[in-house]
Amino acid sequence: MSDLPERLEVHNADIGYGDKIVLHDLTFSVPHGTRVAVVGPNGAGKSTLFKALVGLLPLRSGRIFVHGLPLGNHKDCVAYVPQREEVDWRFPVTVRDVVMMGRYDHQGWFGPASRQDKQVVDRSLAQMAIAHLAQQAIRDLSGGEQQRVFLARALAQDPHILLMDEPFTGVDVPTQESTLGLLDDLRAEDVTAMIATHDLGIAVEKFDLMLLLNHRLIAFGPPAEVMKQDNVLEAFGSRLTVLADGSMIVDEH
Amino acid sequence: MSWLLEPLQYAFMTRAFAASVIVGVLCAVMGTYVVLRGMAFLGDAMAHAILPGVAIAYLLQGNLLIGALVAALVIAVTIGLLSRQGTIKEDTAIGILFAAALSLGVALISSMKSYAVDLGHILFGDVLGVSPADLWLTTGLGLAVLVTVVLLYKPFLVISFDPVLAATMRLPADLLRMLMLILLALTVVVSLQTVGVGLAAAMLVTPAATAYLLTRRLLPMMLIAALLGALSSVVGLYVSYYANVVSGAAIVLTATAFFLLAWLFNARKGVLRRRSQTE
Repeated sequence: MSDLPERLEVHNADIGYGDKIVLHDLTFSVPHGTRVAVVGPNGAGKSTLFKALVGLLPLRSGRIFVHGLPLGNHKDCVAYVPQREEVDWRFPVTVRDVVMMGRYDHQGWFGPASRQDKQVVDRSLAQMAIAHLAQQAIRDLSGGEQQRVFLARALAQDPHILLMDEPFTGVDVPTQESTLGLLDDLRAEDVTAMIATHDLGIAVEKFDLMLLLNHRLIAFGPPAEVMKQDNVLEAFGSRLTVLADGSMIVDEH
Repeated sequence: MSWLLEPLQYAFMTRAFAASVIVGVLCAVMGTYVVLRGMAFLGDAMAHAILPGVAIAYLLQGNLLIGALVAALVIAVTIGLLSRQGTIKEDTAIGILFAAALSLGVALISSMKSYAVDLGHILFGDVLGVSPADLWLTTGLGLAVLVTVVLLYKPFLVISFDPVLAATMRLPADLLRMLMLILLALTVVVSLQTVGVGLAAAMLVTPAATAYLLTRRLLPMMLIAALLGALSSVVGLYVSYYANVVSGAAIVLTATAFFLLAWLFNARKGVLRRRSQTE
């Protein structure tokens, strides 16, 4: 494995909307199978980074490589789990329909689903413990169940890189736990995961690497290195409170 | 049952039935995307914006449908390009284009001598005046749109439900959106003959919205909408024949009646569901 190029490389990337650049001169690379927490204050550019990584936002400058090739050469190796607010929950699709969408790339855009596709969908539904909801419309689900649907779809996509935007926000504890369980399963399969989160506790405890952003890269590395006080102060500024015992609290509101 | 067969002895009536069923089905199927993607305003605007094309075709004594077709395609492409730039909001772009095109159409038509009659036909349809050639054109365009929608079912589903997934899968989303606008334009042109520019939006939105109340999956929604669209057209034409009202209006009112029924059914079901939960 070690002779392969790094799974994901970002070189001097400027990313933004129209004339406005949100992220300046971003450079980092993520090895195979690692789990990266993307942290930073609101509006720091976490979602913007993900949009660039899925190819939704063009780069102003710089380059992104996946498996050593420019972004876009691999069609189906990046999966993205959106924030719950980004999804139109009133759309008339069932849980199974949504998970099957994750197979469209594999099965071709014009033919019917193969038996293998159906098996992969069944397995993904079972793994996220939502097989019994397969025929339910997504609008009839609870928040946690809704999130599992998209996790199951990401599984069905069989990705090499998984991006998740705030999967720990606004969901119940069982869903948080099954999300973390899924991350463990994915690591066993050598899948690289990047997860944007507000929860610095989970980030420090459960992740291999942290990427601290505030319109530019402030720190990237193991949590213990990244969470040094001057780094965190630089990212969060006055929203950071340092307690007497050295622990830090970030006020997001 | 002779009253059911009576209208069919006239060739113009059988053509009217054929044309309005095609339009009913077509509008309902495209209407599913119109409802789900929130393009109702766009559909209405497009219907009005083809007026100058019709007027110019009339002035040149060409085929009105072809005039409408050219205008609709120009409008679809212009809206697609304007809203892609992102300098003004899409609904603003649509509003400006639609008002300007409608005014141009009215100005052109009012400059003609006998405009009163023809304007009425364009605004509210003239299904009894469908010629055999019109019917062929309607059938051909209708089939082309339906085949495209069937072939592109999966890509259209993904760009409508989840644009980010479309991006990760490298779907040509801009191209597909433009194609959808063009299909919508063709649909509006075809419906010109039966319900007119004034009521085309209703045929796009109402059967699809009715179907949305009755099912929670996309494919059944399309099929139910198509059935309702066809049924509204047939019932509406009978009503128009016997009650002697304008056919376009009768068709749209029938579709609206179906919607109200579904809405009441849905509301009652909602009440029942709530009641069973509290027990």
